[in-house]
Amino acid sequence: MSTLIVPPHVPSVADDSEQLHKAFEGWGTNEHLIISILAHRNAGQRRAIRHAYAETYGKDLLKDLDKELSSDFERLVLLWTLDPPERDAVLTDEATKKWTKSNQVLVEIACTRPSKGLILVREAYHSRFKRSLEEDVAYHTTGDFRKLLLPLVSSYRYEGDEVNLRLAKSEAKILHEKIKGKHYSDDDVIRIVATRSKAQVNATLNEYKNEFGSDIIKDLEHDDDNEFLPILKATFECLVYPENYFEKVLREAINKRGTDEGALTRIVATRAEVDLKIVKDLYHKRNSVPLHRAIVKDTHGDYEKMLVALIGEDDA
Amino acid sequence: MAVADEFGVLTKAFTGLGVDEKSLISILGKWHPEHKQSFRKTTRDIFVEDERQFERWDDRHVQKLQQEFLRFKDAVVLWTMHPWERDARLLREAVYKRPNYGILVETACTRSSEELLGARRAYHSLFEHSIEEDIAFHIHGFEKKLLVGLVSAYRYEGPKYSEEEAKSEAKILKNVIKDGAKKLHEEEEIVRILTTRSKLHLKAVFKHYKETSGNYLDEDLGDQLILKQTVQCLCKPETYFTEVLDVSLKGIGHDFAKEALTRVIVTRADVDLKLIKEEYHQLSGVTLSHKIEEIANGNFKDFMLTLIARGDQEN
Repeated sequence: MSTLIVPPHVPSVADDSEQLHKAFEGWGTNEHLIISILAHRNAGQRRAIRHAYAETYGKDLLKDLDKELSSDFERLVLLWTLDPPERDAVLTDEATKKWTKSNQVLVEIACTRPSKGLILVREAYHSRFKRSLEEDVAYHTTGDFRKLLLPLVSSYRYEGDEVNLRLAKSEAKILHEKIKGKHYSDDDVIRIVATRSKAQVNATLNEYKNEFGSDIIKDLEHDDDNEFLPILKATFECLVYPENYFEKVLREAINKRGTDEGALTRIVATRAEVDLKIVKDLYHKRNSVPLHRAIVKDTHGDYEKMLVALIGEDDA
Repeated sequence: MAVADEFGVLTKAFTGLGVDEKSLISILGKWHPEHKQSFRKTTRDIFVEDERQFERWDDRHVQKLQQEFLRFKDAVVLWTMHPWERDARLLREAVYKRPNYGILVETACTRSSEELLGARRAYHSLFEHSIEEDIAFHIHGFEKKLLVGLVSAYRYEGPKYSEEEAKSEAKILKNVIKDGAKKLHEEEEIVRILTTRSKLHLKAVFKHYKETSGNYLDEDLGDQLILKQTVQCLCKPETYFTEVLDVSLKGIGHDFAKEALTRVIVTRADVDLKLIKEEYHQLSGVTLSHKIEEIANGNFKDFMLTLIARGDQEN
């Protein structure tokens, strides 16, 4: 569920576009105005504003934002303003070109988006970068990571609820065997996690718990030295418990010494219109403090204001 | 027509691709019992002498005949089908009914990115699974990695590619092939390049490979048929389809070879059949239409010839 608050009577697209243009005029920028408009418009409205802005002023709203704003606030506004598939394309491009073994962004995007959503990301990636996402992922990642990440970003999972219990039992057994033997990047493990439907993976994890008494996520936590394990664990989490995964990333981003603004920005911008409300509630439950309070404590200025607006806690 | 000649016509009507419905009607319809008996006694490969003194239809021939009666119907159904459903069914059959990697490679590599995506969608609807999960489950080893990758690709189709990278990837392939490539890491590079790069990029790789090694990439991969087919389908599909047609029309091999004729003509009729026709003519010395006249019969033959002639009407 979305945390985005859009006013019941929204100004016309032309008005919004004009106000934004005014916000850039003269010395300095009226960040408050930018937040009050953009943080309260949905994807369709933002798209229309960008279009109107380009038609009226002959310029790209995003480029003007880039010119006028800076650092964390700018990144949040830019990411937020983009259309979701384009946004994901930008994020996957960054994650690929600056790939490290601990980077989970590719897994996050490949596994938490619906099947059609991932296809749209790949389409947007073609348009923007003139290459395919999978060729870049294949080129920039190596070894076991490539073995997992390539099929993850190429998947087009069946999205029905049908589940084959017999298969779930037998694949739970395979997973258990491989995990016990520490063959984390085994062909069958990758096959199951990269091709089965989310419903099927969910059923498989339930059978795993029934048969072996433990949560597969817990079983994947035992090997601290193994660099591949966190990625595999994140894959299961994203497929089957995405809101929990997002809560965890937010918690870690905020608790970190300083703050991981990159992760905080990414989660808020990509989930505000999807399921941030659920993530917010989970956060409150787990940490005894509401998300917006934690954000206010850890961030400041316009960046803080924009985050608070997107999670639906400003009084606009 | 003399009865002896009619025997010849009728035999032809029962053999080859499809059946000659008109001849069957006009000849069989008017024959007296003695003519039929005479026919049965003299065509030893269709009728066998039973120990109880009568000429019996050879069972295998009846089965073959049944297939030939169905050939026209199958062509019509395939032609009329939505291409997404058609390709989803082709993929399914290739995985389940008779593991035929050639058809998997062909379908995955000769369609546009959007067409392949459509086939994957249709596969969800028809079979309640994704094509990649079914391939990964049923096929093993090196072929699995290649095939899952080919079927999952959503290749960039624009004009841009890196000449530098194409050159370096041609070099990588040259080294892998020279080593007689059984090392896993290097196999991975082949799979990466073939399953993710755009077709334009791959054509550049193909070109650089020829320039630096003097050979054609697909020929050098000849030992691994599936790799050779992949390269051909991605870089020069007309050549691939011409060879498939040639084998099919020579009647070599199993039934799949015969079905290939329908499949190639139906799936390429509005795509590149003209180019395929030209290459076939160069390869075999006869036109495709001429060859089909020779070996096909009746409605099936007429349907194939009509499909082949489609492009020509626009000239």
